[in-house]
Amino acid sequence: MDSNEATTSESVSKKKGKTKKVKRKVKSDEAPVQEMEQAEGEETEKKSESGPCFPPTFSVSEIKNKQRRHSMFLKLKEEKRKAPPKEVPKTIENQRIYDETTVNPEDEEVAFDEGTDEFSAYFNRLTNPKVLITTSDRPRGRTVRFCEQLATVIPHAHVYYRRGLALKRVIPQCVSRGFTYLMVINEDRKVPNGLVLCHLPDGPTAHFKVSNVRLRKEMKRRGKDPTEHVPEVILNNFTTRLGHSIGRMFAALFPHDPQFVGRQVATFHNQRDFIFFRFHRYIFKNEKKVGIQELGPRFTLKLRSLQKGTFDSKFGEYEWVHKRHEMDSSRRKFHL
Amino acid sequence: MSAKSQICSIWLGSETGILKGVSLTKKQAFNFCEMSCLSRDQEVCVMAWGDPHESEVLVGSVNGTVKTFSTDKGIFTATRECGDPSQGRFTGLAVTDSSMITCVESGLLKVWKEGSTETVEINVGNGICRMQQNPSQRHRVATGGKENPLKVWDLERPDKPIFTAKNVAHDWLDMRVPVWVRDIGFIPDSDKIVTCTGHHQVRVYDPSTPQRRPVLEARFGEYPLTALSLPASQGTVVVGNTHGELAILDLRKGLVRGCLKGLAGAVRGLQCHPSLPLVASCGLDRFLRVHSLEDRSLQHKVYLKSRLNCVLLSSRDLESSSADVSGDVEEVKAEEDEVWDTMETVTEKTKKRAAQKDEATVTEVDGKKKRKLVKK
Repeated sequence: MDSNEATTSESVSKKKGKTKKVKRKVKSDEAPVQEMEQAEGEETEKKSESGPCFPPTFSVSEIKNKQRRHSMFLKLKEEKRKAPPKEVPKTIENQRIYDETTVNPEDEEVAFDEGTDEFSAYFNRLTNPKVLITTSDRPRGRTVRFCEQLATVIPHAHVYYRRGLALKRVIPQCVSRGFTYLMVINEDRKVPNGLVLCHLPDGPTAHFKVSNVRLRKEMKRRGKDPTEHVPEVILNNFTTRLGHSIGRMFAALFPHDPQFVGRQVATFHNQRDFIFFRFHRYIFKNEKKVGIQELGPRFTLKLRSLQKGTFDSKFGEYEWVHKRHEMDSSRRKFHL
Repeated sequence: MSAKSQICSIWLGSETGILKGVSLTKKQAFNFCEMSCLSRDQEVCVMAWGDPHESEVLVGSVNGTVKTFSTDKGIFTATRECGDPSQGRFTGLAVTDSSMITCVESGLLKVWKEGSTETVEINVGNGICRMQQNPSQRHRVATGGKENPLKVWDLERPDKPIFTAKNVAHDWLDMRVPVWVRDIGFIPDSDKIVTCTGHHQVRVYDPSTPQRRPVLEARFGEYPLTALSLPASQGTVVVGNTHGELAILDLRKGLVRGCLKGLAGAVRGLQCHPSLPLVASCGLDRFLRVHSLEDRSLQHKVYLKSRLNCVLLSSRDLESSSADVSGDVEEVKAEEDEVWDTMETVTEKTKKRAAQKDEATVTEVDGKKKRKLVKK
């Protein structure tokens, strides 16, 4: 067998052609003709990948013909010099399962739904926001300071002490005094951990879990206190229908026309169903460079439930409830 | 339009006033709405079949109009003013032969006769949440609501209800148990009525017995039960609450058989298929879900962009898909039968030959003959 192989390889090598083809034909003499054609096809496609095409025992030094060996060697060096294409790393955001409720901007039905929902009064410029901030009963220092700082960040916000009042009784009084939002910060073990945001005339009530609250004192390299100017609002990454509702809820907290003189911006950034709130002051150094300094409190929110109607946790109808065992089973599925 | 409406097997009414039809076989949803003049006061409150052949859908809106939609033609054929918004929303819509029954929240139950403008009016009390018609005895309706106990009315004798439920005994604190009937269902083949309440109770009443209190009471969850439906198989009921929990309850013992998972928002509409073990649910999370009752798995989920208020299943739900498949199968079988028919004639000849052979082998060894008989 060996002698036969030697004779065939010799006979083939005499022909003009690529040395790769020599090896291919050696193999193919043992195998049917179809494989040879396939091998030739592969070889023309995979020109750069010389490694996997060859049998594992191949190395450049085995080619007897000096000139061909040299040219093969140069080719190998060339391929090693070329960098392989950069692979895009897989991230959880890349691999996110497509949500069928993602809003298409041209969708008429969703546009009509949003145009006539509870926030339409704000978005049609019929009402101006007026926010009442309160806490759960008997708040401790951190929560109180958090409420005060929130009141400086949100224009037209008023902080009131809770005094053990029932929310269902507070709400009609707020409505009669013209408030558009009721914000209740819930406290647990001297730390704020929950937020109930209720849109007032008859609007939805969102219940959030608050975490990672940083007050102004604790922030590094922060700027001076925020001024009374109306900030701009940035809402990032609220793509699904539920995300749209929540995004509109946050947008309706702030007055319509931002005062660019103040150079302040409040950002609600949604990533992986967590909403990050940041408050910055920016300055344009020139056309391309911006400097920002973070002012104001910083906190993270996670939506727990969205209830239709004003606060009524027992008898209200929920539009969305977070159910951990059903919704958190996949690491790549998000709802906002 | 008519082609689209003819294939739809599930009809839904939404808060934006759009009537949606869903075809599960083609996995498509269609919107049927009049022009582009949508408004929130056309929000659909109730839906019912206009006739036993399920060719017409009656849609009741918040502004007091009842529209008739023809599933064959795919358009709204008639509109009727049946009350005004000041009396509240529609809580029930039913059809008897040649007349339509509507009920509103303020308690005004009206029977509208075809053609004539005179109506029979009954005041069933304030705060009605639901009015339901007995599917077997179409002149009987049941009503119930907040602080308004279950009452069964006979439309031929409209002055007094034929059955009024009595509230249960005081609870363990000796306090009156509040009444809030949210949805009513008539159990087929019997006189019994099932209700679900806003205080997460499911009660069964039997008007044929002298006991006016519930025969059975079961509790589920901690949130108000908003919708109820009776499946084709007896002895169970499917309920849904404001938290998006759907449960199948057993009516013999009052225990929870199982929960149907998947809903994220309050259940507004629930209906079981008349013959198949399926249940369709719709709610505030803007999805239509069809679950199977046997293994409680989700069969279909359709995103419909508005909040949904009511759902109507046609009797031919998935059967239409199986009909197409069975049609093909029958055709194939017919072809095969033809092939076998032609074959049979050939085998008859062989049988004859075998018979001849048998006759021939009678004279031969007995064992061989027996083998041949066995082979046949």
